[in-house]
Amino acid sequence: MLSIQDASLTIDGRRLIDAVSLNCPAGSLTALIGPNGAGKSTLLSLMAGDRPPSDGQLTINERPLESYSVRELAAWRAVMPQDSVLRFAYRVEEVVRMGRALRDLPVEDDERAIGAAMQDVEIESLAQRNAMTLSGGEQARTTFARVRVQQTPILLLDEPTAALDLRYQERLLQRAAEWAADGHCVVAVMHDLNLAAAHADRLALLDRGRLVAHGSPWEVLSRHQLEAVYRQPVCIMRHPDRDCPVVVTTAAPSPTPTATQSDARETVT
Amino acid sequence: MNTLTSSLRSSQRSPRHRLYTSMMLAMLAGLVVSVLSGVVQVPPQDLLAALVAPFFASAAPAADSGIAHAVLWELRLPRALMALLIGASLAMAGAAMQGLFGNPLADPGIVGVSSGASLGAVMIIVLRIDVLGAWTLPVGAFCSGFVTTWLIYLLARPSRFEGDNARLLLIGIAINSVAGAMTGYLTYLASVEQLESLMFWSMGSLASISWTPVLTIAPLVLFGLVVLRRQAVPLDLLALGERQARHSGVDVTRLRRRLIALTALLTAAAVAFTGTIGFIGLVVPHLVRTLVGPGHRHLLPLSAIGGGLLLMIADLGARSLDPPNEIPIGILTASIGGPFFLWLIARRQPGGGY
Repeated sequence: MLSIQDASLTIDGRRLIDAVSLNCPAGSLTALIGPNGAGKSTLLSLMAGDRPPSDGQLTINERPLESYSVRELAAWRAVMPQDSVLRFAYRVEEVVRMGRALRDLPVEDDERAIGAAMQDVEIESLAQRNAMTLSGGEQARTTFARVRVQQTPILLLDEPTAALDLRYQERLLQRAAEWAADGHCVVAVMHDLNLAAAHADRLALLDRGRLVAHGSPWEVLSRHQLEAVYRQPVCIMRHPDRDCPVVVTTAAPSPTPTATQSDARETVT
Repeated sequence: MNTLTSSLRSSQRSPRHRLYTSMMLAMLAGLVVSVLSGVVQVPPQDLLAALVAPFFASAAPAADSGIAHAVLWELRLPRALMALLIGASLAMAGAAMQGLFGNPLADPGIVGVSSGASLGAVMIIVLRIDVLGAWTLPVGAFCSGFVTTWLIYLLARPSRFEGDNARLLLIGIAINSVAGAMTGYLTYLASVEQLESLMFWSMGSLASISWTPVLTIAPLVLFGLVVLRRQAVPLDLLALGERQARHSGVDVTRLRRRLIALTALLTAAAVAFTGTIGFIGLVVPHLVRTLVGPGHRHLLPLSAIGGGLLLMIADLGARSLDPPNEIPIGILTASIGGPFFLWLIARRQPGGGY
């Protein structure tokens, strides 16, 4: 459904995305993972159509992304940003409603869809609250509900769980996985490898703008691959009941021999 | 859940209706009071007779109804209506600018649109530019207002400097001082009889308003209200920031262009005929927001009504506080609006809300 063909993005001579090709079909939840600065959010913003790639192409349903109007694009994909902005004291319910404001959906479904989306992330009790006074987690849940009522086939989530506690991390990603199972195309940038492994059916591992691995959690989360990309020793285990990989960090290895030698020489002189 | 929201909805709708009705009634009452009071002493019964005369052709004209008729229909009514129209356009321009910049402190006067537009007008007076006849001045004010708004927007780009309220205000200071310096230089060049009309720009005045400007500005204000009201939904979405507004289907580039043109049009219309009258665009949308919330569907029309009402009352004050002299209306609004602005800044919440 959403496909990236050999896309690159260069800004001020820096290659932020380097010849990435990735296909995100309907019915899948793809997690974009990788270390800080690997280009995960940048790739997601290319997918959202925020800017065109310098090279290559992105398509939705085989049609180039640039050929969609802003309004059409809003009917195809919804985007949950990393941090949400709100400039005036709208109520939570009004903010959720905004997701639907420019969609040509039947008006009689509005109340039901908005109510359901708010119930889903348990913000009904906040409905009349000033949305500017919400905590980070409440804000993220409100944004998730807003994105959901937009009812688009494609959902792009940029670190949706960063501000959430365990319960809502789980709840939100379960919901995302259900949408994927319903035939939506869901792409999420994630920092937490274990959440990604537990809920996504595909992982795309990025490193310095390049796609270094793409496949099922067991394929991508291999020890030598992660250690090379993250420069951090890890250990891969099996989740006791989910059967997915679990990544834990291990202590740094003992200092390398060369370092010890130079230290020794210093003490001598 | 559904019954809850629907009951909340209906309980909110009726006070809003009441607000519209009471503000319209207040406007009507204000109009009548404005028309009946003034420096020229005319017995109120004569004025009332003059007021109703055109509607009752059979009513016999009183002895000195000529004066009453002239005062009412040629002086006070156009002036009161002009106050309504100017107030409405300034308040709407303020509400639209605040939505565009995502900043509740944006106001045509504070960020410099008014001084930009009045620089255009002053330039046309002093340099005796006369390419479009009587329309030169309004068109010149509009063009310079448009360019100024665009410039301010480019410098303050809300998307790039998210949440940086101070930036817009600092840009306003700079724009105001540049436009002020250029206006000052032009004033220095001006002849004595030009100086007199320039005084009018610097202070703002509703004196000597005839029917012509009222009839010129009325369609502009109406046009502005209708077109702005149609941008209510995109303006609401713009509160999510430009990026998220675009994700939700707002063509931000087009919306921005439209809003800048409309703000410049409304501000320039006001400036062209009455000079710079400040703070209406700041005070009114803020008060309306505290009453009905930030949704632009009600914010825009209620700001228009409220702005008209406020300026009409201010003009009444300007005429009657120090008879027989008139206090320039711009000075009056600034002396009320300035403290209000300070109060807004003082009670600023840590989260950036106002």
